[in-house]
Amino acid sequence: MEKLIEIKNLHASIDGKEILKGINLIVNPGEVHAIMGPNGSGKSTLSNVLVGHPAYTVTEGEVIYKGENLLALSPEERSHAGIFLSFQYPVEIAGVSMTNFMRAAINAKREAHGEPAMSAADFLKLMREKRALVNLDSKLANRSVNEGFSGGEKKRNEIFQMAMLEPTLSILDETDSGLDIDALRIVAEGVNKLKRPETSTIVITHYQRLLDYIKPDIVHVLYNGKIVKTAGPELALELEERGYDWIKNPQ
Amino acid sequence: MKKKNNNIFKKIADKAYEYGFFSNVNTDIIESGLNEDVIRLISDKKGEPEWMLEFRLQAYRYWQTLKMPEWAHLKIPPIDYQAISYYADPTKKSKDNKNKEIDPELMKTFEKLGIPLEERLALSGTAVDAVMDSVSVKTTFKEELKEKGIIFCSMSEAIHEYPDLVKKYLGSVVNYRDNFFAALNSAVFSDGSFVYIPKGVRCPMELSTYFRINAANTGQFERTLIVADDNSYVSYLEGCTAPMRDENQLHAAIVEIIVCENAEVKYSTVQNWYPGNAEGEGGVYNFVTKRGDCRGNNSKLSWTQVETGSAITWKYPSCILRGDNSQGEFYSVAVTNNYQQADTGTKMIHLGRNTRSTIISKGISAGKSQNSYRGLVRVSKNADNARNYSQCDSLLLGSQCGAHTFPYMDIHNDNAVIEHEATTSKISEEQLFYCNQRGIGTEEAIGLIVNGYAKEVLNKLPMEFAIEAQKLLSVSLEGSVG
Repeated sequence: MEKLIEIKNLHASIDGKEILKGINLIVNPGEVHAIMGPNGSGKSTLSNVLVGHPAYTVTEGEVIYKGENLLALSPEERSHAGIFLSFQYPVEIAGVSMTNFMRAAINAKREAHGEPAMSAADFLKLMREKRALVNLDSKLANRSVNEGFSGGEKKRNEIFQMAMLEPTLSILDETDSGLDIDALRIVAEGVNKLKRPETSTIVITHYQRLLDYIKPDIVHVLYNGKIVKTAGPELALELEERGYDWIKNPQ
Repeated sequence: MKKKNNNIFKKIADKAYEYGFFSNVNTDIIESGLNEDVIRLISDKKGEPEWMLEFRLQAYRYWQTLKMPEWAHLKIPPIDYQAISYYADPTKKSKDNKNKEIDPELMKTFEKLGIPLEERLALSGTAVDAVMDSVSVKTTFKEELKEKGIIFCSMSEAIHEYPDLVKKYLGSVVNYRDNFFAALNSAVFSDGSFVYIPKGVRCPMELSTYFRINAANTGQFERTLIVADDNSYVSYLEGCTAPMRDENQLHAAIVEIIVCENAEVKYSTVQNWYPGNAEGEGGVYNFVTKRGDCRGNNSKLSWTQVETGSAITWKYPSCILRGDNSQGEFYSVAVTNNYQQADTGTKMIHLGRNTRSTIISKGISAGKSQNSYRGLVRVSKNADNARNYSQCDSLLLGSQCGAHTFPYMDIHNDNAVIEHEATTSKISEEQLFYCNQRGIGTEEAIGLIVNGYAKEVLNKLPMEFAIEAQKLLSVSLEGSVG
């Protein structure tokens, strides 16, 4: 099986401070990986680096995605290549309706792939279809991007966008934070429904509870900028029970 | 991150100004300089009656006593008024050939600007008066409009054909004593449009004037006069462009509008004069006095402007709400980039009872530009139940530009209700990155955000203009990110 993404000895820093200190990770098509770890271990940095956030500088290592050097691509090119980040804190964009925003996103991707822009009718149909997947109100879809959305609505809106863009690699950055149990279930079910055999997911989370719904194949623990432990789903349960201290201070 | 950001916002620069070409047409330009003889010469070239010459000379004599105003938040380099030519006629032809063929090069110029002057090619439902430098080249659909009693022609023609109307209304809203540039314009104005909508007539098409500066070292001093008689309606559009030049060019216009009882006038501007290059060299100085007088009861005047061009803009389209229940509106988007400066806004003068005014101003600043909103709301003693709502928003791109708001209120009636809201926001990197992550490139993202921000105003423009204006906003900010 060909690897979807391979991260080799990745080092990255922000404002001169090294956060990632040699990450190695392989995700194959169809796999769900969970990355867990205490606060400040570098989980969000890893997701931001993978999508090319300009605040971070890669100082060493490489990332091969679909056989190509991912780090050479601009953020939008990475998006066109099928990488999606569900943001931990989705930003509000006043004045830009979700409809216009998504239309720009879809058509930018199509253009990058040499396809013609989607017709308005097809686009609206797609919006309706995908909205239903995460119970996103049609009112929300007509509002400005994330403006006045509750925490839960913002997260559902992230998954809605994921549904629209049909990524190959989805990175869910603490998608469970700030969600009550019902919202968590809706979001997780949405993610599961979008799963196809060739698509992969990296779930970044503190807690086991999201993993009750989105079942990981492999669980990693990130600590102090490195992956310090990798195992099957049982690791998440163990972390839930024992916390992170035993990882931080190995006996 | 900082570095990247600066980069992002620094690049606002050098996008080609699409309308910057020069047309090689045979142009009759008078020598530069300004004195009474020049004014007599202009008047003579236009074959004007004596009263018009007197009007000009009176204004000129007054202008000589004035100094250029300095209260605006603008840095205006000294202007040598003797170095400007005050009259350039690109339609030069011999006297006996008047009203014959138009130079095909002129036709081509306007076609290139998207303003075909052949009626069969024209935008549907829009009549155009095309003004280049000091002269109206052609006015389309004049005959069709005439059938309804509507007069739409160049100012020069109106002075000859409709002297009574011109005498009655010219200078009645903007007196030559109004300000420095109004006095200058009154002395040397060349062409512009004249519109008269008779009682009870709803103008069946959009009327528009397209102003083009072509000749070098000239100033354009246009004069527009619109009269909407009782129970009439007209929507009027104005567009402007100029070639790219290293030196500055002066454009000092006056627009006067008279709105009678139950009449409504909508005046829309898409101003795209050459803004100068990325280093701030060249560009048009746009010093304009626009004012409407809602004389009749229940009259309504609405100004909508999209200002993207000009090196310096100084303009305050205003409404005198004289009639009872009259309404004034001002919707504005002003974009400044590179070294552009804009000081623009409105005046709403409430004189009648139950008068209402609305001001929505959206400033967008990028590069090293300075963008100011300046507005006055005045409610006189007798203006019972006056209402005003003002909203002034500023959007900043980058950290080297400035946005300023100068709202003035002068309220002499206790039952006036005045609301003022103002916001300042910045396009954040996080917003742009969010767009990028969804596959939207940075420039397109800025276009989306800016158009979203300006939507309230763009929605007020007639359809075709709105689409143009949207494109223009994106283009004006192109290169503002990298």
